[in-house]
Amino acid sequence: MPEAAPRNGEAWGAWLLTLPAALSFALLLLLPTLAAIAMAFTEFELGLWPIWIGLENFVEMWTDRGFRRSFLNTIIYVGLVAPLSVGLGLALALLIEAGARGRIFFRAVFFLPVVSLTVAMASAWQYLLHPTIGPVNALLRMIGIAGPAWLSSSDTVLISLAAIGVWENAGFNMVLFMAGLTAIPRELREAAAVDGAQSAWERFRLVTWPLLGPTTLFVVTITMIRSIRVFDTVAVLTRGGPNKASEVLLYTMYTEGFTFLRLGYSAAITLVFLAIVLGLMWVQTRVLDRRVHYG
Amino acid sequence: MSFLPDSGGLSVEGARLTLGGTPILRDVSLSVARGEFVALLGPSGCGKTSLMRVIAGIQSADAGTVRIGGREVTRLHPAERDVAMVFQSYALYPHLTAAQNIAVPLTMRRLSAWQRMPLLGGLLPGSRAARAAIAQDVARIAEPLGLGPLLDRKPGQLSGGQRQRVALARAVVREPAAFLLDEPLSNLDAALRVTTRREIVEIHRRVGAATLYVTHDQSEALTMADRVAVMQAGEILQLATPEEIYRNPVDLRVARFIGSPRINLLDVTADPQGQLWLGGRALPLHAAQPGPLTLAIRPEDLRLDAQGYDARVEHAEFLGDHALVHLRLGTAELILRAPADLHARPGEVMRISFDPARVLLFGTDGRRVTAHQHEPARA
Repeated sequence: MPEAAPRNGEAWGAWLLTLPAALSFALLLLLPTLAAIAMAFTEFELGLWPIWIGLENFVEMWTDRGFRRSFLNTIIYVGLVAPLSVGLGLALALLIEAGARGRIFFRAVFFLPVVSLTVAMASAWQYLLHPTIGPVNALLRMIGIAGPAWLSSSDTVLISLAAIGVWENAGFNMVLFMAGLTAIPRELREAAAVDGAQSAWERFRLVTWPLLGPTTLFVVTITMIRSIRVFDTVAVLTRGGPNKASEVLLYTMYTEGFTFLRLGYSAAITLVFLAIVLGLMWVQTRVLDRRVHYG
Repeated sequence: MSFLPDSGGLSVEGARLTLGGTPILRDVSLSVARGEFVALLGPSGCGKTSLMRVIAGIQSADAGTVRIGGREVTRLHPAERDVAMVFQSYALYPHLTAAQNIAVPLTMRRLSAWQRMPLLGGLLPGSRAARAAIAQDVARIAEPLGLGPLLDRKPGQLSGGQRQRVALARAVVREPAAFLLDEPLSNLDAALRVTTRREIVEIHRRVGAATLYVTHDQSEALTMADRVAVMQAGEILQLATPEEIYRNPVDLRVARFIGSPRINLLDVTADPQGQLWLGGRALPLHAAQPGPLTLAIRPEDLRLDAQGYDARVEHAEFLGDHALVHLRLGTAELILRAPADLHARPGEVMRISFDPARVLLFGTDGRRVTAHQHEPARA
């Protein structure tokens, strides 16, 4: 065909233009991921040649009590942080949107944990939750309750870390919900009022909550992914202790890989982590296509 | 048709509203009797939508009282006012089907909060019967609007005209005392607009509510309404029948706003005896007050007259059954509605005069001044 020649030239041009992006994607993302996947099936310690061992790493993971503990802890942590920070984020967004004054001030205050350095903030939390000199227990003492050793008792350490996680995520979720709220036409809430939705709760049920559906789904997914990734508070405050009571997935991966230098096993844990995140994203896109899209 | 004042219709008295330092409503009073259809006509930004929102209770006014169905509702929540509204954007709930949208005003009123709960609500006593009755009412309203086969669709799957009908159905389904429509036809194409006009009037007759219809389109207002309220800059200038508004405007702004093509305006002066002069010639008219005045005359009331004024043809438009001739008389530009067979060429001079009985006079303040006819003084 006569048109084929210029088309081909155009296609080459297109490839040439995408080359820098394609190359950096391949070098920085695709190759390391593939290398990690390959490593997950080997026994590989730094300085030694990797040995192919098939699924042995995964079998070990299944039987390793430490890993199971860490997996369970991560699920508990996500189970606490995701619903609480989503609920708190929504409540804050609704309150700030409804208020006439101080909108920018409150938004900034609650967004602060998102932009501040977690490692630095963790030391502030360490002080707040200190069993003897910390203000939290000082307050509890004032009403006659002997507060626990929040971060050093295996009964409370996960709850304390989850509380910090909620504090970290709620502001982020609040900003996302506020964006979602501004996208709801004001006329819909007015129509609801004229149609007989007299209380704010009725208008929320009739208009706001259903129309926030896509936002809520996104916020829930992103919060779950963010809280599965919990690492820095654990690394700074508890190092997985006491007695592995606060071991979480990424911290286990880190200690296996960088403390015990078992890179193969660490890569296998990474793969499990990747599978969970991809699974969550898949669920999100499927639900988004089916249920909460109004077209 | 005649209507008794405040016979359970809707009325606003002395409404004032200022938003961000800008006066939106300046002492507006208006009443619509039960079964009456009043069009609120004005250019965009004149405050007509704000007035409607004040009546619905979505916006609270700085001063004034609102009465609906014989009750004072000024301080009541929109839900308690017995008023329904069709929004310009239709404001349909995108996550609900057409049937569910129409049912909302009924479910909010007839079912308790517990009965409205998903799943659990269906198990409560009485809720099944109430829901069946609601479904029946929805079908009864939807059928004559041709919505029957569309009831299971969501708004996103409906055309503009269909959405508009769903919005109408949702507004009338619970038979409100007052029915407010905010430019409901502005998002429809021209052909659909004309057919929907008649449908809205028919729905109004069937429901028998006090209907207030906001529009900026004078042909909608004049064709649909029993009375028209002309609003400008936050004031109602005149509230009267369409014929009265057209023939007897009380304010120059009303005269200018109503009529297409627009009304012709000429500067005239009344001498101390009240005799009117136009371009050095005496007119067969007297005014009650001396001084400069504005003479307004509709294009169809100008006529060709061998004894009349010389006017130069600027251009002519042929419109099938009639023609519009644009003329220049001194500094004034005039439009004359002529028979279609009048062939006027640009540059040609025509002699025109006007029916003195049809002349409207306005003072410099824009208020109407009475004109008295007399025999033409022979110069």
